Amino acid sequence: MGKTIQVQSATFLPIFFFKDLQHTFFKYLLGSLITFIIIAGFAFPMVPSPQHWYEFPIIPALEEKARNIFFHVPTAWVSVVAFLTSLVYAVQFLRTKNLDNDIKSVTAAGLGLMFCALATVTGAIWAKFNWGAFWNWDPRQTSIFILLLIYAAYFALRSSVENEEKRASLSAAYSIIAGLTVPFFIFIMPRITAGLHPGSAGDSQGKGPLFESKAMATNMRVLFYVSSLAFVALFYWIWNLRVKTERLLLHVHENVSS
Amino acid sequence: MVKSAIAIFLKDVRSELRTRYALNALLMFVVTTITIIIFAIQSENPSPFILAGILWIVVFFASMSGLSRTFVSEEERGTTLLLQLSVHSSAIINGKIFFNVVLLLALNVFTVLLYFFFLPEFFIRNYAIFLLTMALGTFCLSVSSTLLAAIVAKANTKGTLYPVLSFPILLPLLVTVIDATKLAVEGATFTEASGNFQILISYLITVFIIANLLFDVIWKD
Repeated sequence: MGKTIQVQSATFLPIFFFKDLQHTFFKYLLGSLITFIIIAGFAFPMVPSPQHWYEFPIIPALEEKARNIFFHVPTAWVSVVAFLTSLVYAVQFLRTKNLDNDIKSVTAAGLGLMFCALATVTGAIWAKFNWGAFWNWDPRQTSIFILLLIYAAYFALRSSVENEEKRASLSAAYSIIAGLTVPFFIFIMPRITAGLHPGSAGDSQGKGPLFESKAMATNMRVLFYVSSLAFVALFYWIWNLRVKTERLLLHVHENVSS
Repeated sequence: MVKSAIAIFLKDVRSELRTRYALNALLMFVVTTITIIIFAIQSENPSPFILAGILWIVVFFASMSGLSRTFVSEEERGTTLLLQLSVHSSAIINGKIFFNVVLLLALNVFTVLLYFFFLPEFFIRNYAIFLLTMALGTFCLSVSSTLLAAIVAKANTKGTLYPVLSFPILLPLLVTVIDATKLAVEGATFTEASGNFQILISYLITVFIIANLLFDVIWKD
């Protein structure tokens, strides 16, 4: 049961060639987009009153530190997308018992963990310069810490089960349980604790969703959304590659062992 | 189904009373932990807020070492297959949850009594909040630990994996109960703590439903 993995083969050459061309185009488009975002995010000048389209306004109390929004927020956002992908394919696996869904789920979780670690590091560096310390146990830092712990535990669980199908269904079950407790931490807990301790909820600049505030100029906002989309596309590209590699590896293992 | 769940519960109670493995180990665990705490704070004058947090550390680690036994012992004795053949899986999970709730409830009553006895600095101003928190916390803790114990019983490294897996899942719960206990110490009104109770009740319902949905997948090879 569950060994119905299809490795896509190049049976019809013109279509294959066209698909390959499409992939190459996507790759180069994504590469240039990310390059543009890096250049724009780091190098576009920040001036008190912007005149040109490439000039950003200075946000009080944040100044140059505001540039982090083009890199840190998208990585955090992508990690959530990745974990959601992982959850969806975990449910799919339990419904179909097709190991291909497990491959999709676990690669998405791995990439999510990577992006989550990146978001933690960029956030900590930013916090050092904005709040004075790398780690402050701010609600957002707490929730990202929990996310890291959960997915580290997920991989610990996977590495301790030998049987492939057993491992797939156990880790799918665990990721569903984990996925349901995370909202408690991200959405419910910070609000209720903030309600109890009004002093600690006082927001220093930059807490809360900055991209919704008026301090962001239109060009910053556009760059932010473009960056978010580009990061999601980047995730999709890496995920696709890894899923293909894992499929081929599984195929090789099956052929060697049988 | 309710009948077979109760049968599972009675079977567990009987085998537990025969060996008293979990019960003795847990009671000793609680006694040693509280003794260590007393020695650690000796001449200090700890605030009741810190003691409220420490109480839940004791409860958390006691449940960690005791509740994982339910499924691991079935695997060790080789009775998993027999259980699978004789009753429906939802009866098994509910019976096991019932047993763990009773076990942890008994343990928590003992822990709290011991705590009040040895640590006079720990006094509660609002007993309604405290008792409700203890009861809801016990229910939540035992339901989610039972589900995780079912996962861990199927893995190879059972002893070390359990705390690793359960910590992130239980953390929202622990934060909430510690907060509610602090409110009880503070003497807050019942409505002030109702937000915490809402979290606990929704957590309980979510985890209970998930346990019933997912257990079939975890349990069957």
